[in-house]
Amino acid sequence: MRYNSTKVPKTERITKLIEDLYAKMPEIESARARLLTESFRQTEGKPLIMRKALSFAHILKNIPIIIRENELIVGSSTIAPRGCQTFPEFSYDWLEAEFETVATREADPFYIADKTKAELKEANAYWKGRTTSELATEYMAPETKVAMEHNIFTPGNYFYNGVGHVTVQYEKVLAIGYEGIMKEAGAELLKCKPGDGDYATRKTFLEAVIISCQAVIDYAKRYADLAEKEAAGCMDPVRKLELLQIAENCRNVPEKGATSFYEACQSFWFVQQLLQMESSGHSISPGRFDQYMYPYYKKDLENGTLTREFAQELIDCIWVKLNDLNKCRDADSAKGFAGYSLFQNLIVGGQDEAGRDVTNDLSFMCIDASAHVFLPMPSLSIRVWNGTPHELMIRAAELTRTGIGLPAYYNDEVIIPSLMSMGLSLEDARTYNIIGCVEPQKAGKTNGWHDAAFFNMCRPLELVFSSGVDEGVQIGPKTKAVEEMTSFEEFFDAYKEQMEYFIELLVNADNAIDQAHADRSPLPYLASMVDDCIARGKTCEQGGCVYNFTGPQGFGIANVADSLYAVKTLVFEEKKVSMAELKKALMFNYGKEVNNVVMSQIAGNLAAEMIKAGQMPTPEMLAKASQALISEAVTAEDRKRFDEILTMIEEIPKFGNDIEEVDSFAREVAYTYTKPMLKYKNPRGGQYQAGLYPVSANVPLGAQTGATPDGRLAGVPVADGVSPSAGKDVNGPTAAANSVSMLDHGIASNGTLFNQKFHPSALSGAAGLDNFVNLIRAYFDRKGSHVQFNVVSRETLLDAQAHPENYKHLVVRVAGYSALFTTLSKSLQDDIIRRTEQGF
Amino acid sequence: MAETDLKTKGRIFDIQRYSIHDGTGIRTIVFLKGCVLRCKWCCNPESQKYDIETLMVQGKPKIIGRDVTVEEVMETVEKDRNYYRRSGGGLTLSGGESLCQPLFAKALLKEAKERGINTAMESMGCASYEVIEEILEYLDTYLMDIKHTNPQKHKEFTGKSNELMLENARKIAASGKTKLVIRVPVIPTFNDTLEEIADIARFADKLPGVEKIHLLPYHRLGQDKYEGLGRDYPMKDILPPENEHMLMLKKVVENVSDLICQIGG
Repeated sequence: MRYNSTKVPKTERITKLIEDLYAKMPEIESARARLLTESFRQTEGKPLIMRKALSFAHILKNIPIIIRENELIVGSSTIAPRGCQTFPEFSYDWLEAEFETVATREADPFYIADKTKAELKEANAYWKGRTTSELATEYMAPETKVAMEHNIFTPGNYFYNGVGHVTVQYEKVLAIGYEGIMKEAGAELLKCKPGDGDYATRKTFLEAVIISCQAVIDYAKRYADLAEKEAAGCMDPVRKLELLQIAENCRNVPEKGATSFYEACQSFWFVQQLLQMESSGHSISPGRFDQYMYPYYKKDLENGTLTREFAQELIDCIWVKLNDLNKCRDADSAKGFAGYSLFQNLIVGGQDEAGRDVTNDLSFMCIDASAHVFLPMPSLSIRVWNGTPHELMIRAAELTRTGIGLPAYYNDEVIIPSLMSMGLSLEDARTYNIIGCVEPQKAGKTNGWHDAAFFNMCRPLELVFSSGVDEGVQIGPKTKAVEEMTSFEEFFDAYKEQMEYFIELLVNADNAIDQAHADRSPLPYLASMVDDCIARGKTCEQGGCVYNFTGPQGFGIANVADSLYAVKTLVFEEKKVSMAELKKALMFNYGKEVNNVVMSQIAGNLAAEMIKAGQMPTPEMLAKASQALISEAVTAEDRKRFDEILTMIEEIPKFGNDIEEVDSFAREVAYTYTKPMLKYKNPRGGQYQAGLYPVSANVPLGAQTGATPDGRLAGVPVADGVSPSAGKDVNGPTAAANSVSMLDHGIASNGTLFNQKFHPSALSGAAGLDNFVNLIRAYFDRKGSHVQFNVVSRETLLDAQAHPENYKHLVVRVAGYSALFTTLSKSLQDDIIRRTEQGF
Repeated sequence: MAETDLKTKGRIFDIQRYSIHDGTGIRTIVFLKGCVLRCKWCCNPESQKYDIETLMVQGKPKIIGRDVTVEEVMETVEKDRNYYRRSGGGLTLSGGESLCQPLFAKALLKEAKERGINTAMESMGCASYEVIEEILEYLDTYLMDIKHTNPQKHKEFTGKSNELMLENARKIAASGKTKLVIRVPVIPTFNDTLEEIADIARFADKLPGVEKIHLLPYHRLGQDKYEGLGRDYPMKDILPPENEHMLMLKKVVENVSDLICQIGG
């Protein structure tokens, strides 16, 4: 057998580590911001990259350190468990504005002490006018800012934070240590000739790399000292030995190459932790952990210095540590990335450069570690191809069955050619890993800017109905009035025109931010572990990487596809609804609730008219006038007609039901986003590539979107990723999967996301797991790219029983029988809840 | 396949894709309308009458039953061929009682078979054996319901005595033309005692070639449909069997027979 897949039980230590980690609410600390600012104040006038390296070293030399109880792998960025540092060099305004609410907000709250607030304020003051976010704003075209104010897209991620979204050469640090990397940089330094045109930048860059690597080595030694000190005072002989071992590990790595699996684990951890100390970018993804850790595991196992039990415990410890890191985002972003997630994506399985399957013991142990810790990090993924062992798939399916939502499944057969179409070599494409949510790339060579923006595809559709006017302002192209359109083609063309206009502005926003990061936040430590930075003498931000992309993601395909199909059928083909009627129905939210979204459009239009007439409207005047307009404009007859229109829309086929005509239509709609994107380049010389996934932004951004012609009411979440609209796929999982596979996943090379929900009975027993795995295999045969599953848990069903309004579309399938859960009587719901426990 | 077979018409009330509890792998179930029995616990009351009916679903009328050709049904069945191939699944006929529409059932199974799609049929075998025999050569798996061994009790709860069905079970097994699997809906107050299940297991064990028996725990998910049809649900107060009881019944089956027993389909 190529691998040993025997399960190893979880130890008591892991349970304790997790209990301690989650004992308190996460906390914001000020040490990093303070030290960063202190250093910057002292280095005024030096080259920026040198200042970055010196500040990194200053932070690592002085930031408080801690070894948590029972830890085997050490390195904590905050004293408080799951705490976070702040990064004022990117932005800070939002945090100061939220000082009083950040502890009580709904999404991802953080405790912050008054002393911390004061210290942060003091440090932040230095950064006024110096942040990447301010420079990015300067760089943006005026119309781009308008489009952002009107929520067509949001590039908030990198606008306010570091970039992250990278996988570095962990294997290189494991093999030669920072000692080796510093040697490489030193050799390049020797090549710098005083007469070279780029002498100044190259030499300074290389020196900055060396300073950063040395800082990390020194930081590890601080841990070695601390462990020794704690060992000296430790009364428990077992723990004392553990601490001494920790000290020894931290003396050796990451300075030198790892000589054991344990050292490799510790070395890996410092890299993972400190990349997130240098910058606030998230989605620092460990990638193919089962591959680069395997040689150390294998050697130790063979020479008898490691047991599988201890190896599993170390992996479990790393899994816990991945949840110790945290990040505070602004309130709106927190909603979009809900769950304190850092998206540290770790992937198992797949192929090597030569196309052979690489499944090994660690592939299984990583899946088991996720089952042991049962925490959100790492974002565990699995690569699937025709040669993936069935046993690995079954192990992954067992994890899915627990309801944890992991792993995500990726299809090599789509992703490899897709990456090659973007210029990757065959070998690089075959050894891809996933960044963040769903974004494929080649580790150690890529600056992919994978999560560059959220683009709401429903908003340009709204603008077609208003000829580019939003809240009274002409923000998009003045396309023909919809009432005058005589064919569907005209309508679709207007949509494409709106899309292309805003895609260009999205590119403008991203490029402005990209340039701001190059100018104000080059990262020398990151550059030490990504090719070809050292050879080119440039950081990743400055274009030092082999592969450079920008990947902004679009979402709402299902809504737009269903909407366009409804317009085509009802207005142009069957002529059952006039365009004027539909326009009115949308403006007044089909006669349903007049919420903020509806109100702001109406009030915006009124305000524009009043200003045109020379009046200066006050908010009170506007509110009154809008109310008057609504009660006057919408008659009882209108309301009746709106209901009729909604019923007609309801009866039209929807995306997600395996109806070829509708699905092909969705394919065309997706192209309106993915194809124009390919025209554009970023400042690093790289290509734009579209993604089709929303993280959880479909909820908050849906709240800013008016009613759409698919019958979706104003403010309701838009569809998630490439998935059908909630509750619109009524023909079961194979039909939904077939529809989704009709989209062109290959062209969305920044990734696509497909969510499916299951009741646990669908995965019960060995046959259930088999069927589940085969469902994935068949979806992938049809060129689906990604799929992940929510298995409905007993807790979810109990919550649905208590709050049915939140679960209108929850379908449960039991014994081949499917029903909308909330429509069942209490006693039947109880039967179903019992079945989630029985597993049949 | 002759054109006439493709045009054969039948009456169905549903097609359900991704069915994983009725036969091997991922399957598509075609529900044929009309049944000879009137089981008191039936979870598909809209399947019983051949006539097209109106069912009220959440206050809205829904027409139950439509006439379709074999060709039309196959169009839907074909959509999940990838999933059948990966999982060893295929087409399952259910009902109602498929044997109430023998020509349609046969034409469907034959067409699927000729296209290389695995076939199964859920049925209690309540028809003359000649009718069944016609179908067997196109059927990979016969999922046969045996609800009780006692004719009186069978008649009391389903409206018909069981002699014909038990006799057909013996003949189907003896033919060797299809894989026969016995399924028992476990209904409290009807057949959920240890003795009753043991009797069924002993009977099934004697059938040549039968290896598997499925115990299907009673569920009440059809209850709302009785209301929607304006009918009374006679089993209203009966609760589904407890998990522990099902496990005990499984043990009984394994004690009195050599059958492989599985809870659920």
